[in-house]
Amino acid sequence: MSSPANPDKPQSGRVLKYVDALREAVAQEMRLDPSVFVFGLDVDDHKGIQGSTKGLVDEFGPDRVFTTPLSEDAMTGVAIGAAVAGMRPIHVHIRMDFLMLSMNQLVNIAAKSHYMYGGQVTVPMVVRGIIGKSWGQGAQHSQGLYSFFMHVPGLKVVAPSNAFDAKGCMIQAIRDNNPVIFVEHRLLYNTDAYVPEEVYTVPFGKARVLTKGNDITVVGISNMVQEALRAADLAREVGIHAEVIDPISLSPLDIDTIADSVARTGRLLVIDNDWVMCGAGSEIAASIAERLSGTQKIQIQRMGFAPTSCPPTPELEAAFYPNPRTIGEMMHKMVRPTDARWSPDEARTKLAYQLQFRGPF
Amino acid sequence: MPANVRRNQRIATVQTIGRLWRENVTQGHQLDLTGLARVYRMLRLIRRAEERVADIYPSDKIKSPVHLSIGQESAAVGVCDALNPEDIVSGTYRGHATYIAKGGDLNAMFAELYGKVTGCAKGKGGSMHLIDMAHNVLGTSAVVGTTIPMGLGVALAAKRRNQKKVVAVFFGDGATEEGVFYESLNFAALHKLPVIFVLENNGYAIHEPQVKRWATDRMCERVETYGIPTTLVADGDVLAIRDASVKYADRARRGDGPGFIEARIYRWREHVGPGLDFDQGYRSEKEFEPWAARDDVERIGRMLPSDIRAKLDREVEADVEAAVDFAETSAFPQLEELYHNVLAR
Ligand SMILES: Cc1ncc(C[n+]2csc(CCOP(=O)(O)OP(=O)(O)O)c2C)c(N)n1
Ligand SMILES: [Mg+2]
Repeated sequence: MSSPANPDKPQSGRVLKYVDALREAVAQEMRLDPSVFVFGLDVDDHKGIQGSTKGLVDEFGPDRVFTTPLSEDAMTGVAIGAAVAGMRPIHVHIRMDFLMLSMNQLVNIAAKSHYMYGGQVTVPMVVRGIIGKSWGQGAQHSQGLYSFFMHVPGLKVVAPSNAFDAKGCMIQAIRDNNPVIFVEHRLLYNTDAYVPEEVYTVPFGKARVLTKGNDITVVGISNMVQEALRAADLAREVGIHAEVIDPISLSPLDIDTIADSVARTGRLLVIDNDWVMCGAGSEIAASIAERLSGTQKIQIQRMGFAPTSCPPTPELEAAFYPNPRTIGEMMHKMVRPTDARWSPDEARTKLAYQLQFRGPF
Repeated sequence: MPANVRRNQRIATVQTIGRLWRENVTQGHQLDLTGLARVYRMLRLIRRAEERVADIYPSDKIKSPVHLSIGQESAAVGVCDALNPEDIVSGTYRGHATYIAKGGDLNAMFAELYGKVTGCAKGKGGSMHLIDMAHNVLGTSAVVGTTIPMGLGVALAAKRRNQKKVVAVFFGDGATEEGVFYESLNFAALHKLPVIFVLENNGYAIHEPQVKRWATDRMCERVETYGIPTTLVADGDVLAIRDASVKYADRARRGDGPGFIEARIYRWREHVGPGLDFDQGYRSEKEFEPWAARDDVERIGRMLPSDIRAKLDREVEADVEAAVDFAETSAFPQLEELYHNVLAR
């Protein structure tokens, strides 16, 4: 099983979209393991969860790929029961916001069963939740609530930011003997990367260093990795070299890789795809501070959603999110605090995936 | 105004315009010509407002996911016509019809869809989160089922304060699959809350037909076991929905507890977005044909004298155009608005 260090450097295979990489991973595992099944609202309709489950019902039939009533709470319990009985369910939610209806089962049962029952049972299930953004998704279709799950021992949480990791993490998640919250971002679905055709896994708990640099360490989460990479490109033009790191898995979290980098750069900027307060980015910042602040002088900054609900009206929505411009400005401010303020060229801060996306959903 | 006074007023109106009274068409529905005209105007207003939304949508001026009620207006109109201004509605993300039918401000609705600061939620809600507390339209939610118990809470407050208000709680067939629906039925019946449950059963949750989600369709029977009287309106007839609403509103005001209406209706457009979707394969145009043929907007329109209908149509067009103009010419919110209303003062 290959695990290339950098998904941008092709090993084998072809350029594949994130959405297709996800679907391929599930299909390959379903072929290999008859205990894997996919269920959740609308997984079998013609749109197939924005393409990510499209066609699966044709290949695997309605016993292994099926829709459910609108009953997230009960269906999560069903997934847990099936997992305890030795199956490997993948429970799909078209928006992460709807996972709030599953919270009780996930936190009180799924996360605890293995421990609370003294290891007699395991709960090998995958819960997919998609984060929405733009086109008026608004307050209830745009939340990145992964930190809720990171908080709870017994759950794993992953948030791959590119097609290569999407496939490898999905296969790893299906094979994992624990409940895995699999966080996807809607706007990543059309991004592509080299993805091997063969089956491979991306291990959890190992961060990926995407660009090398000595001036500042920038950690992005989920689609904020893409925005951080763009900001780093623009900052490089003014001589700032950022080391961009993608943790990929949020729980377990690879603090070592980030700490090694910050020990060298002396600066950490974390860009979360969530609110800052009690978020994944705060956890990373706190862990780095604990690890390094006693031994060296370091600067730490966190960025994330504005501390408000997400408004749909376009200009406020744009101001709600970090973007390559605001990230670039922050990088510059941290690296060159005494220089005049610098801002990247606005036109070049727009990301293709943002420009492409058009509603209604 | 109590319902009986309203009805007396209506009878007086009937006498003055007696020559226009067409008993044959309204028989059994306790609705005079004025009432019929009112119902038609509302059906037509919702239809035209949403058709305008669909027209505008391709221009990208409305960057909000719109869930249209075109074809299924009769539930909102039938129920809301039986309510008093101080009564309350709790709707869903498919909520334009409920909002308009209860008297929500049309200008503020269009402005909200455009994301303008003059919108009913200052552009911070969007189509899925309409609200107009001045007209007793509770805020709608995009998380299915969440507003059902909120309606009960409002009813509980009204009951505790001895206000004779009724809360009509709207939800789709998909929402009835959530546990919160059954929990709410039980609680409302137990506490005899002044609630009218309104199931807008359009047979689909997104693209999934009811047969893939329900083992049987005997919803009214299920609900009756909670001790709640039910009415099934299998053809979505706006006047039958109105009758049932009058009956349950009276009952609720007497303190006898909730009633339940299942309105079978049909969504003509795609689940979300402005278009038709019969080419998508999950439902057939054949299924749509009988609904198109019995279109309540047309059916009720035909019951009116043509000059009255033409006048109402002109008024509706003017209302809709004024609302579009209002939205177009309103300003977007200033950037500071992002941080307003996070916490109440
Ligand atoms: C709790 C929750 N689960 C899933 C969804 C996704 N979703 C949005 S609308 C919808 C279908 C709802 O169907 P129904 O209640 O019949 O209302 P309709 O759209 O037909 O008016 C679903 C599944 C959601 N918004 N909230
Ligand atoms: Mg429905």
